[in-house]
Amino acid sequence: MVVTELKAIKVETKVRVRNTDFYYGSEQALYGINIDVPARQVTALIGPSGCGKSTFLRTLNRMNDIIDGTRLVGEVMIDGEDIYNENTDVVALRKKVGMVFQKSNPFPKSIFDNIAYGPRLHGITNKDELTAIVEKSLIRAALWDEVKDRLHKSALDLSGGQQQRMCIARALAVEPQVLLLDEPASALDPRSTARVEELITELRKDLTILIVTHNMQQAGRISDFTSFFYEGRQIEFGPTKRIFTNPGEKKTEDYITGRFG
Amino acid sequence: MKSKMKEKAIKLVFTSAASTAILIVALIFLFLGNEAAPFAKVPGLSELFGQKWMPVSFEKESFGLLPLITGSLLVTFLATIIAVPFGVCGAVYISEVASRFERELFKPFIELLAGIPSVVIGFFGLIVLTPIVKDVFGLYSGLTALTGALLLALMAIPTIITISEDAISNVPKSYKEASAALGASELQTVWKVTVPAALSGIIAAVMLGMGRVIGETMVVMMVTGNAAIVTGSPFESVRTMTATIAAEMGEVPFGSDHYRALFWVGIVLLIMTFMLNLVSHRVLKKYQDKQ
Amino acid sequence: MRSRSAQTMIYWLMRAFTYFVLIVIAYIIFDIIRNGMPVLSWEFLTESPRKSGAEGGILPAIVGTLLLVLGTMAAALPLGMASAIYLSEYAKRGRFTEMLRLAILTLAGVPSIVFGLFGLGLFVLFLNFGASIIAGSLTLACMVLPTIIVSSEEALQGVPQSLREGSLALGATKWETIRKNVLPYAIPGMMTGSILGIGRAAGETAPILLTVAAFYLPGLPDSIFDQVMALPYHLYVLATQHPSADLVRPMQYGTALVLMILVMTVNLAAVLIRSRMRKKYRW
Repeated sequence: MVVTELKAIKVETKVRVRNTDFYYGSEQALYGINIDVPARQVTALIGPSGCGKSTFLRTLNRMNDIIDGTRLVGEVMIDGEDIYNENTDVVALRKKVGMVFQKSNPFPKSIFDNIAYGPRLHGITNKDELTAIVEKSLIRAALWDEVKDRLHKSALDLSGGQQQRMCIARALAVEPQVLLLDEPASALDPRSTARVEELITELRKDLTILIVTHNMQQAGRISDFTSFFYEGRQIEFGPTKRIFTNPGEKKTEDYITGRFG
Repeated sequence: MKSKMKEKAIKLVFTSAASTAILIVALIFLFLGNEAAPFAKVPGLSELFGQKWMPVSFEKESFGLLPLITGSLLVTFLATIIAVPFGVCGAVYISEVASRFERELFKPFIELLAGIPSVVIGFFGLIVLTPIVKDVFGLYSGLTALTGALLLALMAIPTIITISEDAISNVPKSYKEASAALGASELQTVWKVTVPAALSGIIAAVMLGMGRVIGETMVVMMVTGNAAIVTGSPFESVRTMTATIAAEMGEVPFGSDHYRALFWVGIVLLIMTFMLNLVSHRVLKKYQDKQ
Repeated sequence: MRSRSAQTMIYWLMRAFTYFVLIVIAYIIFDIIRNGMPVLSWEFLTESPRKSGAEGGILPAIVGTLLLVLGTMAAALPLGMASAIYLSEYAKRGRFTEMLRLAILTLAGVPSIVFGLFGLGLFVLFLNFGASIIAGSLTLACMVLPTIIVSSEEALQGVPQSLREGSLALGATKWETIRKNVLPYAIPGMMTGSILGIGRAAGETAPILLTVAAFYLPGLPDSIFDQVMALPYHLYVLATQHPSADLVRPMQYGTALVLMILVMTVNLAAVLIRSRMRKKYRW
């Protein structure tokens, strides 16, 4: 059913996950996940705390690798390539799949050095080139006007909302194709949240975006597709409009209407 | 691919660096054991269980460790008895009673004390404390187990205060509030709730302090008089294991029975401190996990 | 009301205990300064001892101690910091890590004189360095290693995990992340703890007794395989082994004061680094 639904809207698949289980040590966190994430769309992952949506997000750039004793079984393909293959270059993968975290994590460096961190890692040393990248990334993250006069001041002096947009700019600076957002606005005030949401809508033109969110209205506002997770399983996946107006599963309906959470 | 190799190489470097700690411990046991081992054949391990330590003699040398062990234990015991009330009162006072100004004053002072080299404390003891002990207790000489214990207590106090204070300030505020809500006075709360809750931390602190005391060399060598006798009196002169090694190793002929016996002293000392250290860390760890 | 006054009394008692300790510490320091100051002179600091230390200065002992501190730092700092990086950044739960932690714990509890015995057995005799700067430095390095590892690891753990994740998510390798986004913020803290440990080593006597210290050696060393005098040992000898110990009392106090100043300077440096760092990084 999923497949027919997607075909009907004619989108190509960027990330394809098949029968994927995930374990923290002996504890299983994800059960048989199957999902086709459409390219250049915003896909929202929703569900109650501890349902596995963040864990799932972090499997897509292999961020879970850094946790001791984690294990994945199944297939996670990006552009048709299995990213859990023995020969996968994790560095190249993470360059392609950017991530922004729940709590903004500016490095204790200047704004410029924060944005240039990624490009420098990937071998760009030319000062003009870096300056151009920094400017472009900040413009894309709609932060340029606010910070252009203090690029060399500490990023820690930015406001919470600005910090989070700077983190988005930092992720954009390495030109990712997929952007993973882990509740990027959960710690922000409503105005900053609105700006981040605008930004996401803007970015979907050239990026495949997955966003984990607690906020149902937010999912409704910004996403094209929605996947509902519950207790480590994906309960339902489909166009956001349909999921919200006509959920196929009782659980989804209960969650969306706020009967549990 | 190249970067993967590089990452592996770097990890290997760090792993090997870390392994040296294991290597050093192994080497310590190996070298102490190696130098000590021949003694077990001639003159035999039973020699070590004798009552007398008389390593240089015209008739018959004897290498009984008993006086050295009792010497160390006596000094450690006395030092602990003296240090505990000061250390625990100090810790409770600093964390529960002291004003902010006092706290800011005490902490650097305690760190300062921990930073004074032991030989300086020994020197101070020798010049200033020894005559006092002699006069106060009307002794023939001020070089006694008690003199050593007083100084060692002083050296153990920073350890006891620092670690106990940590344990005490880690007691959840809710305990204290619950106690106060039940109408307990501040003092009752401190003694009946806070201190018991931090007790295992305090015990561990005392044991770590004891470990420091039993392994301390210079102070005891300078002020306890170094007589190898078995005694339980604080007013007698004693010779500890540490002082024995330090004083005699310099003059002993290499490879002699005496030389090897001193390594046995080192092994006994090592085992004792190791046990103390291990148990106190187990206690601390359990305690921290509980928090 | 009765319990109220009992409380006040006990608080005063605790206060008395605490202040007593402070007064003793203050008195020790005061005593050393008062008696040591008059001896401190240019001559005392820059000349070699004469008449087995009864006259002249303590230059060779100062130089010896400084060399030992440098040698200890050179050996222990890289090793200790690298071990801490392993423990904080690479170690996974398992046998090896457990063994490593036990080893560090054991090392931390080994009495200093036992390190002396070990240094004598390994460096002086087995490796045939003889009683020398290198044997003494390596012995002291083994002794301070656990302190350096533990405090460095603490400093590394103080760097928020989110900075590591942020860096890795941008495609940095593990080492790039450590080098560019962990170490720069942790190094001041690592240095602080390590220097405090090394300051302690500067004042230690027992380990160098058997591995390096010379009783009386008016010249300065030519190589790391030479014996040297050292301040703590010099003080010990002057105070207990000197034929006329009472007459050289001023020399003893002067040596004690110089030793204390040296150790305190090292500690102060560490504390300064710490407070400067606190201002620079706040998460």
